[in-house]
Amino acid sequence: MSQIDQSKIRNFCIVAHIDHGKSTLADRIIEQTGLLTSREMQAQVLDNMELERERGITIKAQAVRTVYKAKDGEEYIFNLIDTPGHVDFNYEVSRSLAACDGAILVVDAAQGIEAQTLANVYLALDHDLDVFPVINKIDLPSAEPQRVIEEIEDVIGIEAQDAPLISAKNGINIDQVLEAIVQKIPAPKGSPTAPLKALIFDCVYDSYKGVIVFCRIMEGTVKKGTEILMMATGAKEEVVEVGYFGAGQFIPCDELSAGMVGYITASIKNVKDTAVGDTVTDAKNPCKEPLPGYKKVLSMVYCGIYPADGAKYPDLRDALEKLQLNDASLFYEPETSIALGFGFRCGFLGLLHLEIIQERLEREYNLDLVTTAPGVVYKVHKTNGEVIELTNPSNLPDPSEIDYMEEPIVNAEIMVTSEFIGSIMTLCQERRGRYLGTEYIEANRALLKYELPLNEIIYDFFDALKSRSRGYASFDYDIKGYEQSKLVKLDILINKEEVDALSFIVHADSAYERGRKMCEKLKDEIPRHLFEIPIQAAIGGKVIARETVKAMRKDVLAKCYGGDITRKKKLLEKQKEGKKRMRQVGNVEIPQKAFMSVLKLDDRD
Amino acid sequence: MDERKELMLYLHVPFCVRKCNYCDFLSFACTEETRSRYVDALCRELRERGREYSGRIVPSIFFGGGTPSLLSPAQLSKIMDCIRETFSVRADAEITMECNPGTVANLSQEQETEKLRGFRAAGINRLSIGLQSANDEELKLLGRIHDYQAFLKTYAIAREVGFTNVNVDLMNALPGQTLDTWKATLERVLALKPMPEHLSVYSLIMEEGTQFAAWESQGKFEGKLQIPSEELDREMYAYTGTRLREAGFSQYEISNYAREGYACQHNVGYWIRKDYLGIGLGSASLIDGVRYSNGTSLEEYLKDPLAGSEEEILTRSDQIEEFAFLGLRMNCGIRRADFETSFGEAWDGYWSEIIRKNVADGLLEEDAEGIRLTDRGRDLGNYVFSQFLFD
Repeated sequence: MSQIDQSKIRNFCIVAHIDHGKSTLADRIIEQTGLLTSREMQAQVLDNMELERERGITIKAQAVRTVYKAKDGEEYIFNLIDTPGHVDFNYEVSRSLAACDGAILVVDAAQGIEAQTLANVYLALDHDLDVFPVINKIDLPSAEPQRVIEEIEDVIGIEAQDAPLISAKNGINIDQVLEAIVQKIPAPKGSPTAPLKALIFDCVYDSYKGVIVFCRIMEGTVKKGTEILMMATGAKEEVVEVGYFGAGQFIPCDELSAGMVGYITASIKNVKDTAVGDTVTDAKNPCKEPLPGYKKVLSMVYCGIYPADGAKYPDLRDALEKLQLNDASLFYEPETSIALGFGFRCGFLGLLHLEIIQERLEREYNLDLVTTAPGVVYKVHKTNGEVIELTNPSNLPDPSEIDYMEEPIVNAEIMVTSEFIGSIMTLCQERRGRYLGTEYIEANRALLKYELPLNEIIYDFFDALKSRSRGYASFDYDIKGYEQSKLVKLDILINKEEVDALSFIVHADSAYERGRKMCEKLKDEIPRHLFEIPIQAAIGGKVIARETVKAMRKDVLAKCYGGDITRKKKLLEKQKEGKKRMRQVGNVEIPQKAFMSVLKLDDRD
Repeated sequence: MDERKELMLYLHVPFCVRKCNYCDFLSFACTEETRSRYVDALCRELRERGREYSGRIVPSIFFGGGTPSLLSPAQLSKIMDCIRETFSVRADAEITMECNPGTVANLSQEQETEKLRGFRAAGINRLSIGLQSANDEELKLLGRIHDYQAFLKTYAIAREVGFTNVNVDLMNALPGQTLDTWKATLERVLALKPMPEHLSVYSLIMEEGTQFAAWESQGKFEGKLQIPSEELDREMYAYTGTRLREAGFSQYEISNYAREGYACQHNVGYWIRKDYLGIGLGSASLIDGVRYSNGTSLEEYLKDPLAGSEEEILTRSDQIEEFAFLGLRMNCGIRRADFETSFGEAWDGYWSEIIRKNVADGLLEEDAEGIRLTDRGRDLGNYVFSQFLFD
């Protein structure tokens, strides 16, 4: 295995809209290149996190190497790099793409091009990848491969007439895909003797090996003993092991040279030292310049995460630390809330990323969490010229000190069939969208372009989009920048006390409506107490909405006799347990889920 | 005074003509043949279990259900004979039988008289009649098989054959019930001659798995059949207390009212945690700090009444918790002296903070003797009880 001919390597990825069959095709490629027998195949080998499998999406980029014996009789090494399929992970996607030389574009034969198809294919083309299309799900009754081929040629402008027509699910025509990989994806270039230049496209933490860095060698060679330097973070370590990716396992090898995809371990303890997008070079013989495109990942969405049981704070800290080992894009710092005690302000790439982290904390670390409503990063320009990046609404300075505020804006593209254009446009208007234009993809399908404030789409925009288009609309966005906006902080007072964890920033025009709904929601969430509890929404001390939780009148079981006692005791225990899951604010007990209730205010349709 | 340890007996008869719409007790319809096999199984269980406790004296017996009055007087005598052979029943023991008007009333006047006379002859000296409501529409909604007239007939016969200790079960907070219809039910019952010695008044609970729960989720209980609000429920409850006091009853537990000397000793026994042996399908026992519960499969019970029984050894904390949440159900509350007798220490180490808080909230009252619920505390019993559970 020592000398690998560069011309026999193919580094590629698969890009697709969600659900168009990317992971299934990856499985078939792995299966049919014979590295694994069918029996060893678990469905969707690449997605090995439990959560990924359940959600059917790929969270972290991963890679696998297989060997394919082509029709020309030669053996080719395929490095398939799986990319996350969600807009939250755009940067990670771009780094994975940069590690490839070509991409397979999978398009659903029934649904055709969707918003993410476009976004992903443009991203691939931006990275100078050779893209060839594959039409999937041709066995569906509603498949229209010819229409989709024309659509690809018209809209994207790439050759599609000889695209393999496949069914990844049923293994139809996968051999055509394998041959096309050999024929259409270029072999890597780069000199194995040049100074080392490798692109980090992912990393995972292993408790024995430390950080395992996934990289594509662009130039040079790396082996055990090489002292490597991470050019952006400055970390320096000696290589302990190099190797490549078997399916689901790491297979050590002697060296990795230009054109190869593999991993490096170097007893790196901190995942922060290995930033995705960074360049690995030889500390003794460094390359002149790092690879282009490195960006420090910025969190777009923030929320407070608190342990339901205050005593579990150290556990939460440990869990976040561990998660961050595998996910450098997770940001957290300690914060304190009057209502919730000690916790963390956490930053995420997007709402999906937030949900995934939250679920992993609950599931893998068995933590009971209270999460505050997610918000975006606002820029607060103070009258003294200072600019604050606000991630926690409670830290908003006094209004008298604020000159103006800015909020992040995204460029959004929504693909929708013409019958739903009206309702989607209404939705975008409700969310303060600025209409940029419509492009017709086909006679009855259009791409709507909008500028939308990020804080209007982080809660439930996607759900609203789906429900107003009967599931047909697809959506993609990227951050455009910051714009000045009329924002106010809405405070919630429960029994006359302000609950910091419930405060949020909202556009002045929707403040009244949001405040009113918030009070209604909390009225349903907060159980009756011995006394009456007013719930108020206020802006800068002025109350704009009010509801009342009436005093508890009855809480008693009429009957309790012999055989019933055990059952009745269980009821009482449940009641007591329920109280433990409440947060005491002043003399009011607030259920934990109330803190998330700001999220679910979209009952407008 | 007999110094032997006491053991109350509960016998479960899980048969009904039909299941009421609100009922989640263990009961079902059955054939005469099953009934007779069940009586045999009961006797077998009595004898088997009785061996261990034969030295005990029985202060009270309670036939509950289901509908015990579905048994024939002969079957009941058989069980009573078996009890007397196995245990020493105190001469003045309270022996209650639950009785549903519909199960005797579809008999002719003579047959019904004969049946109740038979029960009395077998030893029953307290009858608990499940009237539930004196309003026929409400009875129909509840799925009861009797109407008010049928109850009147049963009640009259009960008195005629010599039952001098009669309880009537009533329910309020029924769907569609108003304060007025509830008052009317109460007045009809208080107008009975002679007046019942005891009344149990329960507010309806929507138990999971019942017909009522299904109707509720289907939205049947809206509009005219609206379920009374917490406020109305408590208004009915408060009215009941006042009206019954006027009529000469005193409340001795959250849902129970009795004329002087007629509190149900058997039920009080549960709340002060006397030992009891439960015989029959699904029954529970509490004996020397161990709770036993029988299996709930009729098939298996008929084959082997002792199989499928489980036991749970109550820890000291379990017992302390039960002492509180059972004892506090009673108007007399719990006494420091009783706690010290049972647990050998004062309760302050456990409860002084909880008591202080609930006294301050107006839910408990405290004196040198002990603590008890206030009127408001009775409305919020579970809220108070749950605080007495340990973490």
